[in-house]
Amino acid sequence: MAAALPSEGMAARIEALRRITFVDVVLWGMRILIVFVVVGGTIGTLIQGRYTGEQWFDNFMFGLMIGGVYALIALGYTMVYGILRLINFAHGDVMMCGAFTSYFLANGLYRSGYLDAHPVISMILIMGLAMITCSVIALVVERICYRPFRHIRTLAPLICAIGASFFLQHSFRGMYGSSVRAYPDPVWLEGEFEIFGFGIPYTQPFVILIALAAMGALYLVVNKTKMGTAMRAVSEDRDAAAMMGIDVNKIIVFTFILGGCMAGIGGVLFCMVYNQIYYFTGFLPGIKAFSAAVLGGIGNVPGAMLGGFFLGVVESVGPALFLDGVGIRAPYQLRDLIAFTMLVMVLIFRPQGILGERLATQRA
Amino acid sequence: MAVLDVQNLHVFYGQIHALHGVSLSVDKDEIVTLIGANGAGKTTTLGAISGVLPVAEGEVSLDGQPLGKIMPHDLVKMGIVQVPEGRRIFGRLTVEENLGMGAFVRKDKDGIVESRERVLEMFPVLKERMGQVAGTLSGGEQQMLAMARGLMSRPRVLLLDEPSMGLAPMLVEQVFGAVQQVRDQGVPVLLVEQNAFMALQIADRGYVMETGEISLQGSNRELLENEDVKRAYLG
Ligand SMILES: Nc1ncnc2c1ncn2[C@@H]1O[C@H](COP(=O)(O)OP(=O)(O)OP(=O)(O)O)[C@@H](O)[C@H]1O
Ligand SMILES: [Mg+2]
Repeated sequence: MAAALPSEGMAARIEALRRITFVDVVLWGMRILIVFVVVGGTIGTLIQGRYTGEQWFDNFMFGLMIGGVYALIALGYTMVYGILRLINFAHGDVMMCGAFTSYFLANGLYRSGYLDAHPVISMILIMGLAMITCSVIALVVERICYRPFRHIRTLAPLICAIGASFFLQHSFRGMYGSSVRAYPDPVWLEGEFEIFGFGIPYTQPFVILIALAAMGALYLVVNKTKMGTAMRAVSEDRDAAAMMGIDVNKIIVFTFILGGCMAGIGGVLFCMVYNQIYYFTGFLPGIKAFSAAVLGGIGNVPGAMLGGFFLGVVESVGPALFLDGVGIRAPYQLRDLIAFTMLVMVLIFRPQGILGERLATQRA
Repeated sequence: MAVLDVQNLHVFYGQIHALHGVSLSVDKDEIVTLIGANGAGKTTTLGAISGVLPVAEGEVSLDGQPLGKIMPHDLVKMGIVQVPEGRRIFGRLTVEENLGMGAFVRKDKDGIVESRERVLEMFPVLKERMGQVAGTLSGGEQQMLAMARGLMSRPRVLLLDEPSMGLAPMLVEQVFGAVQQVRDQGVPVLLVEQNAFMALQIADRGYVMETGEISLQGSNRELLENEDVKRAYLG
């Protein structure tokens, strides 16, 4: 009896080993590599001490700022997914359309001096125009790409949305050319102020506060209004919602408008951060915001906000913190790599995201 | 004149002819039950009445007005509401929000407040749970909430699909007590049930469905004493 036990234990262990597949080994390898890069890189960087506290602070603040923009765009992905269970791949370009259209107004106001003289009214006009443009184009995308396929299980809407994405890019290219234009840089955003010895450019609090205000407003709409509650009801059980007399089409339209408004604000802020706009501007922030939405748990509104800020900070602090320490030169060129590595990692290791729940447990 | 009158209803799922000419009616102050085996077409009948399934042929009238092709959300506005099989409450919304969704089609704020007081009186268990997320309610409470939510639209007739499903016997009694209260409050009920015996206890009349057709109808006494019904559904 006593002699049999160890060999039984061995057999069980060998059995467990046999069940480990090649994929498991690769996945563990990836985990270890990531942990090595993050931990090793951080230690390496900190030992070298090449960056000052001021630089870390700058990176962090920039990350918060750009993260706020990602969060705004991510909300559009996540809300549409919540309702339709589909990704709106045209969303990044919807954002570009709003930002590009607002550029003409912003430029006009800038040249006439109105933008510098009346910041509040100007920004309301510029963002308002971007929000309206984004909403209208989002609705057209919904009508053409999503509504015809409402009752059919198919990939057609996704393919259609990718098509719409190219269509929007190239129609703006056709109309306004492929050159990069300078998005106006108002005089009241020039310069910086100082807190605890750290300099902060005015752009950063400006972008972060507007993003937070927009998200706060959205949060109230989604959680405290009748339409917002209906939106959550439809996203949970569309048929039951229809039985309660909720007009599902109306709610879907409402969702695309909300997403469009957030994209409009996000697009203008994005352009004000980088001071440029061209037909391809929507692509990168679009995919990054999508990554942020997945990171936070697609379909989850607070998750998208959190995911946006998280992605922004990691991709902005990460190159210096992780990559420099493992000896990679010019780590800043790899910041996009960090964002997309995070997307792939989340999809592999935690597809439900930070705040999301497993899809399988949603309906028992 | 019947509150709800259904004539010769035909419904197809693709090629499958699920309902072959179903006719039934529900009068004022009545509980009418629709019983039948699994797959007989009970849920399909309710879906066709509430507009969530397309009707190929036949007519549904409310208070003598033929309804024709109307979207489900307009039917709710007109007073036909279905409490779906399996309750289908919104589990991530609070109890209060669920009730609010029941009243989605209504614009009269004061009336909604009044209706809410009425349903909370009818289902006092919900009162202490207004702020609670509905998914955390017990099965019985969820069924109460599903009925309460349906009543929030102030319907002319309530379509109830298997309210006793998956509930312990004691809770079934509670739920059926609530169904009687709904009727006593002036809302007639069309009650679909597997639990034929219990349903016939509280119903005024009943219909028996078999493979897409009404095979038998009568008062609750007649059905309870009918030999075929006894053998097939009452054990
Ligand atoms: N979506 C559907 N597609 C195809 N056939 C369906 C669909 N829904 C129901 N049916 C068929 O229609 C018939 C009637 O179904 P229905 O759900 O109305 O029955 P039921 O009487 O409510 O049964 P149960 O007591 O199990 O709820 C069944 O034969 C069923 O297989
Ligand atoms: Mg059924």
